[in-house]
Amino acid sequence: MYAVRLWSVRHARGLNAFYRGFETVLAGLHPLFKRIGYERLERPVAAVEHSVKGLLFDCRMCGQCLLSSTGMSCPMNCPKQLRNGPCGGVRDNGHCEVRPEMKCVWYQAVAGSARIAGGREALSQVQPAVDRRLQGRSSWLRVARERAGAAA
Amino acid sequence: MIFEDEPVPGYPLPIRPGHTSPGRLERILRAGEFAVTTELAPPDSADPEEVYQRARIFDRYVDAINATDGSGANCHMSSMAVCALLTRLGYAPVMQISCRDKNRIAIQGDILGGAAMGVCNMLCLTGDGVQAGDHPQALPVFDLDCMSLLATARTLRDEHRFLSGRKITHAPRVFLGAASNPFGQPTEWRAERLAKKVAAGAQFVQTQYCYDVPLLKTFMSRVEDLGLFGKVFVLVGVGPLRSAKTAEWMRANVPGLHIPDAVIKRLAGARDGAREGRNLCVELIEQIREVRGVSGVHVMAYRQEDSVPEIIERSGVLRGRVPWYPGRDPQASGPPPAMQLSNTMAAS
Repeated sequence: MYAVRLWSVRHARGLNAFYRGFETVLAGLHPLFKRIGYERLERPVAAVEHSVKGLLFDCRMCGQCLLSSTGMSCPMNCPKQLRNGPCGGVRDNGHCEVRPEMKCVWYQAVAGSARIAGGREALSQVQPAVDRRLQGRSSWLRVARERAGAAA
Repeated sequence: MIFEDEPVPGYPLPIRPGHTSPGRLERILRAGEFAVTTELAPPDSADPEEVYQRARIFDRYVDAINATDGSGANCHMSSMAVCALLTRLGYAPVMQISCRDKNRIAIQGDILGGAAMGVCNMLCLTGDGVQAGDHPQALPVFDLDCMSLLATARTLRDEHRFLSGRKITHAPRVFLGAASNPFGQPTEWRAERLAKKVAAGAQFVQTQYCYDVPLLKTFMSRVEDLGLFGKVFVLVGVGPLRSAKTAEWMRANVPGLHIPDAVIKRLAGARDGAREGRNLCVELIEQIREVRGVSGVHVMAYRQEDSVPEIIERSGVLRGRVPWYPGRDPQASGPPPAMQLSNTMAAS
């Protein structure tokens, strides 16, 4: 929802902190996830993730969440799907060139990242091209698996 | 200007240490010359002569010619085809690549194909949204963005492989560029975004139209603070405004374009608006030339291409230098460009 999405960017700091904690919890759940089986969990977890993140961020389920690096403003809402915005067409009022009624997702990302410690540094990282195969899959499960893999 | 290792001007040059392309634009910039580039509007036609007519207008005044890639999301002859035609005569084109119409498979193929046809400069763009152009029904692709496109082109060139990891037997030797808008919102992030493009592989940038030199200076000092001087060549976009009315229309309808009120007032007060627009353009070039860290200008004179020679001439930025154009050096002769090209590539 657009209004909630704007609220989330205004509260980027708190949401990011919560997300950090949540990721640790996810990583801790790895043994359990593994026992149940990641593939079996994929559909139900993705459904929950979609409803929660859909409400908060208008999440598009790209499957490779970048919110912590984009000031909690989901880049997949950019009509050009920029992972490294903003483009040169942002309007003077900070709105999108393609959808003038919408605030530019990346204008929001710059504002949101200033509220997060280390947010600007994260925003400065060049993000690689999206892996389109992950569309619709759970980022949470991916994080759990990867963080546990990195710790192991 | 003729380089000592350029026996046949207009043909690809040996690649010098520290250079990445056999092109003249990279040579000019690395030699510290103030470069002039311009933009060719590709024809709505399959006649190559229309491309050559449009290029000839710029003869003796520009170091490279950008071929736009469906700019404004309007359909025209493809940028790669325009570039391939231009290299046949020895022109130095800048092949614009937009992410709007092609996915990563097509784009990587074009980078190889363009380089194979002698294109030495490639400009990586995200591209305008389809809603801006004459085919709003079209599918916007945007598989990559300008940043991942830069990184992709650099991977092909420097790591001799596709994004998939598959090896390339002969890497494209290209000079990589990007666009930059120092005047767009949020202005506080614009220099940082340029830094990101440099990190992704941009070696030069061409900016949005500049009508506000103080704002450009602020941007350039931030660029210097970020340690980007010497890492990227900045060519500032300029162009003549035809009238106060055109300027107002552009300001209202071209997102990201910044034209101060003073400029519009000046055009409105002039008896001949178009003439005043050209005068303003000349003055801007003179001022931009003095801004620290600026390496050249990119003249975009859409539908006023005829005015480019006059503007460059009057601005005096070339300081007597005559950029190469077909026929500049009638005494020079040699093998046809295609042969020369394959020799150069074999040697590099």
